Amino acid sequence: MIEAENKKVQILDFEKPIYKMQEKIEELKKISMDTNMNYNSEIETLEKQTDEYKKELYENLEPYQKLQIARHPMRPNFYDYVHFMTEDFIELHGDREGTDDKAIAGGVARINGIPVMIIGTVKGKTTKENLECNFGMPQPQGYRKALRLFEHASRFNLPIITLIDTMGAYPGIKAEETGQGIAIAVNLKEMAKLDVPVISVITGEGCSGGALGLAVSDKVMILEHAYYTVISPEGCASILWRDAAMANKAANALKITGDDLLKFKIVDEVIKEPIGGAHYDPELMANNLKDSLLRALDEFKDMTPAELKNHRYNKFRELGVFAQ
Amino acid sequence: MSLTDWFNKRKQEQKQALRENEINIDDSIGKLWSLCYNCNSQLPKKDLEHNLMVCPNCDYHFRISARERIKLVIDEGTFEEKFANIKGVDPLDFVDTKPYYKRQEEAHTKTGLDEAVIVGVGNIDGQRVAVAVMDFEYMGGSMGSVVGEKVTRIMELALQEKIPMIAFTASGGARMQESALSLMQMAKTSCAVARLNEAKILYITVLCEPTFGGVTASFGTLGDIMIAEKGARIGFAGRRVIEQTIKQKLPADFQTAEYLLKYGQIDFIVERKEMKEKLSKLISMHTKK
Repeated sequence: MIEAENKKVQILDFEKPIYKMQEKIEELKKISMDTNMNYNSEIETLEKQTDEYKKELYENLEPYQKLQIARHPMRPNFYDYVHFMTEDFIELHGDREGTDDKAIAGGVARINGIPVMIIGTVKGKTTKENLECNFGMPQPQGYRKALRLFEHASRFNLPIITLIDTMGAYPGIKAEETGQGIAIAVNLKEMAKLDVPVISVITGEGCSGGALGLAVSDKVMILEHAYYTVISPEGCASILWRDAAMANKAANALKITGDDLLKFKIVDEVIKEPIGGAHYDPELMANNLKDSLLRALDEFKDMTPAELKNHRYNKFRELGVFAQ
Repeated sequence: MSLTDWFNKRKQEQKQALRENEINIDDSIGKLWSLCYNCNSQLPKKDLEHNLMVCPNCDYHFRISARERIKLVIDEGTFEEKFANIKGVDPLDFVDTKPYYKRQEEAHTKTGLDEAVIVGVGNIDGQRVAVAVMDFEYMGGSMGSVVGEKVTRIMELALQEKIPMIAFTASGGARMQESALSLMQMAKTSCAVARLNEAKILYITVLCEPTFGGVTASFGTLGDIMIAEKGARIGFAGRRVIEQTIKQKLPADFQTAEYLLKYGQIDFIVERKEMKEKLSKLISMHTKK
């Protein structure tokens, strides 16, 4: 897969051995063609070894390596998932107070025929796109737009799906002046009151309050190489170690990956990614995600609004570790 | 040189002189005198304490501990601490330059507190209220599992007893050493506020110096009425983070209570000496006669 796509896929440092092995295989194939000699068995062994190595590598990634996959510039974004998973998507814009924050998008769509409200943070793939959506870092107005759509969905009985991939809420002057903290806080509180099922998926970066502002949900899932944390490992390292270069250590200490989060019940499910990460096969990734979402929607479809609210309350009520 | 330049220069020189003097001050004098961080005047500790830890010259409000604040607003002898049995652990075995459990021990030794919040019930002019009071001296008032749990429980108690709830915040944000568990406390406490809203229980937040990050983005700013103590700095992102992101200097009064009031983010600012009176009036107007 890598050899077919390496022209557009940026290779990460720890992936280089695979790339080298594949180059060798290509070379051998070429030699065998040119010289008319049969190296098939050698090629086959090498390919098998490469596959085994790949499997081993991606199953045992360090947190900081996963983080690099989660941040990959080609990682599928909100619109990719909407494209692959839903039909009839109609985007709904604006906070009704003068702003349409492009870092958060949302709209109505059908997933397997079921009408839903789907909302997510948006990262761009090109510099131009990223400037437009502020590299996926929402302003308070983005959270208010999301809240407007949450309440709309609650009124019209549309289950809510949120897809989260953000470095966090934007730290800026205007953001502070217009209440970044308040906008997030209000979302946390109002999400607790919604009458419909809410399912959230951390698809890439799940950093801090900026991610949580869309994730007070009945079920929280995370993709295999995505991460969810209270602060970015770089931010944590620069505060606690006084050195952002210690991000690698901070990533380990913060326990940011799916398996650790499952242990503390912070997420309910880890969704498998294609080998190498979502960007190697966005469509397969979207299918895996869709399967999990449909299962989750089914799980909550018969609950009454009161039951859902209780379920959501109790889910977060339980989180935390202390002695008494 | 304009006149203002001359004044500025003179002020700088005075400050410099003060700093030089400071080094010479004997430790024993240091125990009796405090230096105002704002106007640099030397204040006798006793006078300062008598003035509720507010500088008599420039009105600068010094940070006060949770216990001092409880004394300040709750009728004498009526405060009853709750959920003091909830204590912190080190769920992630977190180690940075120091292990987390060491930091917890040090904070305990420094403050005599078990965690960064004290919760309980008491009276304000005879009106029963539930309170959560944060203490910045315990690990920067950061919110981890214990803070989240205690705040949630006291809110649930307010709900059960149908009494107003007041939160006094002073926090650097979520506690990094508990990572996503800390993040979840933002959700947990906010869900508890949702229940207060639905039961129409009055919830007042008093934002004190300083309130940032995860507390600003959760129960800290969810009050039906949001008050800030004079001079308090309140924000979501820290000043340094914003400066690094936007690569420009911020105005001096950025993120102060006064700045937030100007931008419509809080209801009003209150001086420490009138805190109790204002809270008392608010509560009496919101509870049925």
